[in-house]
Amino acid sequence: MVSALSNIHEYLWLILAFPLAGVVLNGIIALVAERPLLLPADGHGHDDHGGHGDAHGGHHETPAYRKLVAFIAPGMIFAAFVVAVLSVLQLTRMPAEARTVVQTLFPWIQAGGLSVSVALQLDPLSSVMILVVTGVGFLIHVYSVGYMSHEPAFARFFFYLNLFMFSMLTLVLGSSYLLMFVGWEGVGLCSYLLIGFWYEKDSASTAGKKAFVVNRVGDFGFLLAMFLVFWNFGTLNYTDVMAKIPSLQHSGILTTGLATAITLLMFVGATGKSAQIPLYVWLPDAMEGPTPVSALIHAATMVTAGVYMVARSNALFMLAPFTMGTVAVIGAATAIFAASMGICQKDIKRVLAYSTVSQLGYMFLACGVGAFGAGIFHLMTHAFFKALLFLGSGSVIHAMSGEQDMMKMGSLRKHTPITFWTMFIGTLAIAGIPGLAGFFSKDEILWRAFSSDHGSPFLWAVAAVAAGTTAFYMFRLIFLTFFGASRMDKEVEKHVHESPFSMTIPLMVLAALSICGGWLGIPAALGGSNYFEKWLEPIFEGGHKAAEAATEAIGHGAMAHHDPMEFILMGASVAVALFGIAIAYYLYMVRPEKPAKIAEGNPNLYRLVYNKYFVDELYEWLIIRRIVDWSIWLWQMFDVQFIDAIVNGVAKTVRSAGDETRKIQTGVVGNYAFSILLGAVFIVGYLIWR
Amino acid sequence: MTASPNLMSNILTILIFLPLAGAFVLFFLPKENGRAIKHFTLLVTLVEFVLSVPVLLNFDGATAAMQFTQKVPWIPQFGIGYNVGVDGISLWLLMLTTFIMPIAILSTYAAVEKHVKEFMIFMLLLEVGMVGVFLAIDLFLFYIFWELVLIPMYFLIGVWGGERRIYAAVKFFIYTFVGSVLMLVAILALYFYNYKVTGVYTTELSALYNLNIPVKMQFWMFLAFGLAFAFKVPMFPFHTWLPDAHVEAPTAGSVILAAVLLKMGTYGFLRLAMPLFPVATFDLMPFVTGLAVIGIIYGALVAMVQKDIKKLVAYSSVSHLGFVMLGLFALNLQGIEGGILQMINHGISTGALFLGVGIIYERSHTRQISDFGGIAKIVPLFTLTFMLVTFSSIGLPGLNGFVGEFLIMLGAFKTSPIAVVFAASGVIFAAVYMLWMCQRVLFGKLTNAHKLHLTDMNFREIAYMAPLVLFIFWIGVYPDPFLRKMDATVNAYVQQIHAKHQSALAASPAGETLLARYFDVRK
Repeated sequence: MVSALSNIHEYLWLILAFPLAGVVLNGIIALVAERPLLLPADGHGHDDHGGHGDAHGGHHETPAYRKLVAFIAPGMIFAAFVVAVLSVLQLTRMPAEARTVVQTLFPWIQAGGLSVSVALQLDPLSSVMILVVTGVGFLIHVYSVGYMSHEPAFARFFFYLNLFMFSMLTLVLGSSYLLMFVGWEGVGLCSYLLIGFWYEKDSASTAGKKAFVVNRVGDFGFLLAMFLVFWNFGTLNYTDVMAKIPSLQHSGILTTGLATAITLLMFVGATGKSAQIPLYVWLPDAMEGPTPVSALIHAATMVTAGVYMVARSNALFMLAPFTMGTVAVIGAATAIFAASMGICQKDIKRVLAYSTVSQLGYMFLACGVGAFGAGIFHLMTHAFFKALLFLGSGSVIHAMSGEQDMMKMGSLRKHTPITFWTMFIGTLAIAGIPGLAGFFSKDEILWRAFSSDHGSPFLWAVAAVAAGTTAFYMFRLIFLTFFGASRMDKEVEKHVHESPFSMTIPLMVLAALSICGGWLGIPAALGGSNYFEKWLEPIFEGGHKAAEAATEAIGHGAMAHHDPMEFILMGASVAVALFGIAIAYYLYMVRPEKPAKIAEGNPNLYRLVYNKYFVDELYEWLIIRRIVDWSIWLWQMFDVQFIDAIVNGVAKTVRSAGDETRKIQTGVVGNYAFSILLGAVFIVGYLIWR
Repeated sequence: MTASPNLMSNILTILIFLPLAGAFVLFFLPKENGRAIKHFTLLVTLVEFVLSVPVLLNFDGATAAMQFTQKVPWIPQFGIGYNVGVDGISLWLLMLTTFIMPIAILSTYAAVEKHVKEFMIFMLLLEVGMVGVFLAIDLFLFYIFWELVLIPMYFLIGVWGGERRIYAAVKFFIYTFVGSVLMLVAILALYFYNYKVTGVYTTELSALYNLNIPVKMQFWMFLAFGLAFAFKVPMFPFHTWLPDAHVEAPTAGSVILAAVLLKMGTYGFLRLAMPLFPVATFDLMPFVTGLAVIGIIYGALVAMVQKDIKKLVAYSSVSHLGFVMLGLFALNLQGIEGGILQMINHGISTGALFLGVGIIYERSHTRQISDFGGIAKIVPLFTLTFMLVTFSSIGLPGLNGFVGEFLIMLGAFKTSPIAVVFAASGVIFAAVYMLWMCQRVLFGKLTNAHKLHLTDMNFREIAYMAPLVLFIFWIGVYPDPFLRKMDATVNAYVQQIHAKHQSALAASPAGETLLARYFDVRK
C-alpha cells in the first residue's frame, strides 16, 4: 500500500528548498530587473531622492517583475506550508514513540570525531515550529505584498524575507545544535538586513547593526555551549545527545555542574535571540524595520528561537536546577520589566515591541519551571495574536500615511473597521480573556509557575501582575488608536482608509486563529484533553526521566492537575486582567486628561519609565564608550608610541650607520644575500666557538 | 583526469619555474606596451593555475606521504638538494596561490600605470617564491624561496605604494630581515647539529624530522624559527609593519600580502617549527596560544577605531591570523584542519576585501571611512559583493569563514578552553568593526557623491570577484572535499608530533618544571 503520501517524509527537504528557490529567483529579479530602476539618473546620485519616481508607481501599471515577485515569494512559502502540513499529518498517524524522522541530505563538517551532516529532524516539537513558521509566514508574505506595494525595492524586500524563511526553517528543522546555529545566525543576518532595509535612514542601519551585535553576544554563549557538548558527548546531534544522557550520568561525566555550565551558556544565547534581560535592548530598536518584518521576525518566529532551543534541550536543563531557576527568574523579571516599559510608549509599534519582550518572558518562565509544553503552547498562540497585532498596527500606520504616534490618532474605529475588530480580538487574546487563545496558554504558564516543583507563589504573583499590566497597556493602545476624539492631522485624516484585501484577509485569518488556536490545549481542569501537551509529551518525558534519575525525586507538577487551587488562580488572573482593562478604560476613555496629569505629578518616575530606565544609555556609557576609548588608547599608545618607536629606533640606528644601509636598499640581490649570510655565519661561528 | 605521466612527474617543478620563465620573457618585451604586458602576465598566471589543477585532482587524499616529489642533488658537497613535494598541508596553499595570482593581476589593469613591466616582473617573481616556499621540502631550498619573496614585495610597496611607501617598505624590510637572520642562524645550527649526530650533511626535511634534538636546543631553535615566522604571520606584538605595508601597498600587493604572504608564516610553524621541535612546541603552547588570543582581541579592538578602510582590514588580518595560530597550536586534528582551512578562507575573504577597497579607491582616490556614506544607492552591486565578503570575514555560518573558525575553536577548546572563551569574544568584536565600517561607508545618507565619482563594478571587476564569491559559498556549504584532502596528512602529523613529544620526554623526570628543563633552574 504505497501511496504518494506515505513517504512524504522523504520530501522534507522541500520545506527548505521552496524558500531557497524563492531566495534565488527574487535575488535574480532584484539584481537584473530592479537594480537598474533604482539607480539615480545621472550615475553620480547627487539627487538622493532617486526612489521618488517609483514611489508614485502606484498610479501606473505595476511592472511585470513586481507581479512575478508578488507571486513567487508568497507562493514558495505556501508550497513549503503544504509540505509541512502533509508531513505533520503523516507524523500524527505514526505511533507516539516513533515520531522522530531524520532525513540526512549531505555531510557538512567532518573532522576527526566531529561529524555533522545537513540533516532535518521532524518530531512533535519541530512540527509545531514549522507549522507556525510557514503558516504565519505565508500570511505575512501575503500581507507584505499589499503593505510594500509602494516600495521601490520590492524584489529586494522579498529576497530578504524568503531568505529569512529559509534560515528560520533551517533553525527549527536542523537535526543538530550546529545546524540550529546556522539558522540561528542566518535569521540574525536577515534581521540585520530587514531592520536596516531603509538603509538611508541612519536610525535604521544603526538599529540593524545593534541587533546583529547584541545577538552575537548571545551567540558567544551558544558557541561555547556547543564546544562543551561536543567534547563531553562526542556529538552535536540532538538524538545522540539525548540518547547519551543516561549513560553519561551513570559514568559520572555528566554532572550537575557540567549540565549547569552547558545550559547557562545556551541560555546566554537565548537571551540574545529572544530579547531577555540583559540582552533585550535590540528588539525595541528593531521596530525601524518595515512592519511586516516586525510581525514575522520580531514577534512570531525568530525571537521565539531561544524558547525553542531551551525546549529542545529540556533534558539537559532539567539536570541543572540552578539554570532552571535562572531561566524562570529572568523570564519573570523580563515579563514585568518590559510590560512596565510598554505603559508610557507613544509609538504604537514600540508598545507592541515591549509587549513581545514581555510575552517572551512568559515563555521562559514556563520553561524555567519545567513546563516546556506550556512554553511552546504560548509560543504558538503568541505567534498568532502578536502577528495579528503587529500587522494590525501596520494597517493603522498604512491608513495614517506612515504616522506611528498614538497621540496623533484616535477614533480610527470608524475608518478602519476590519483593522479595529481584528486588533480588538488580538488584544482580548493577549489580555487573557477566557475562551481566546492567549487565555489558555498564559493560564497554563501561571498555574505551572505556582504549582510546579520549580515554581513558587512569588513567580506566580510577578507573572500575574505582568498580566494585569499587559491588559492595561494593550487596552490603552486600543483606546488611544481607535476610540475617543480624533487627534489626527487634518491632512492625514482626509486620506485615512481601510487597507486592501491582501492586508485585511491575513488579519482575519490570524484573528480566527487567535480565537481558536488555544482550543488545542484546553486543560483537563476545564474538561479539555490538552491535546497539545500530549502531542509534545515524547519530547519532554526524556527530561523528566533524566531529572528523576538525578534527584530520585518522585512525582511532579503534572500530578497535581486537579487541584481546586487551579480554579482559584484562574479566576484571580482573569480578575487581574479585567482590573487592568478597567484602569485603561478609566484613564483613556472616562478621564482622558488624567494620564498627562499623572505624568506631570511624577516627572522623575515618568521620565525614568518613558526613557526605558536609561538602560541603553547605561550600556553605551559603561561598555561601548569604555571599549572604544580603550581601543584608541591601545592603538595610539601601544602600537604607535611603543612598538613602532622601537622599530623606528632600530631603523634610525641602521640608517645612521650610512653606507651599509644604502647597500641594503640598492636592492642588488647579491649584496643583500651576502650580508645576510655573513651576519649569520658570524653569529653561528660565535655560538659554536663559545 | 588524463595528464601525461611525464608532465605529472615534473609538475611541481613546472609550477615553480613557469612564472620565472614568464618573468624572463617579460624582460625582453618592450616596456611601452603596458596593455600587452598585462595580458601576457595574466596569461602566465592563468596557465600556472590551469597546470596546478591536475595536482589537486590527482592528489591522493588517502596517504600522508609527500606526493609528486622530485629530488635532484644541487650542492651535493653540502648535502643540499632541490627537493620538492606536496602533501595535505601544502596542497591548498599551493592552490590558493595559483588561484589568487590571476585575480591580483586582473585587479591591476586600471590601477597600475607606471613601470608596468617591472611591476609584472616582480609579481611573477613573487609567485615563484610563494609557490616554492609551499613546495620545498628541503630546508635550504625553503629558505631561498622564503628570501626570494621578500625582495619583490619590498619593491612593490616601495615603488608602487602610496605617500609613505618608503617608510612602510623599510619597516617591512626590517621586520622580515631580522626574522630571516634568526631563521638562518637556526638553520645553520640545525644543519651542524645534524652533522654532529649523524655524520651526514643534509638539509632534507624528512631526514631532519627524524632527529631527536635535545630539549634545550629545541627551545632556542624554536624561538629563532618561531620569531621569524611570528614576524611574518604577524603575531602580536610583531604586527606593526602590517598596517603600514597594507595601507601603502598597491591593491594587488595588498591582496597577495594578505592572501598568501602571511600564510608563509603560519605555514612555517606548521612545516618547520612545530614538527622539528615538538617538545618546545608543547611547552611553549600556552605562550603562543596566549599571544594568538591577544592578537585576536587586540587586532579586533584596534581595527574598530581605524579611520582608513585598508588599515581596518589590515588589523582585522591580525585578528584572523590569531585564530589560525590558535588552531595550529591546539595540536589536534580539528584545530589544525581548521587552521589550514582558515588560512585559505582568510586568503579568499581578506583578498576580496582588499580588492573591494581597491575598487572604490581607484574611483574616489580616498580610503577614509568618513569620506564615504550612503554609497549603496549608487553602487548596489558593489554593496552586495562587499557585504557578502564582510559576512564571510566575520564568520557567518553557511559561508567559508565559519567552518574554519568553528573547527579552530572546537579544537582549541579541548586543549585550552580559557583561551577559546576569550577568542570567541573576538567573534563579537569582528561583527562590530566590520558592520560599523560597512554602515559608515555603504549606508546612511549619500552626502559626498560628487566628490567620489563612483560607478558600479565593471565587467572586469565582476569577473575577478565572482570566483572568490563562488568559493565563499562552496567552502561554507560543502567543505568536505577541502577537508578530506587534508585528513591523512594532518592525522599522521598530529600522531607523530604527539609521539615525538612523548618519546623525547621519556627520559625527563616527572613533574619537571620548564625552568628546570630549559635553564637548569632547580628549586
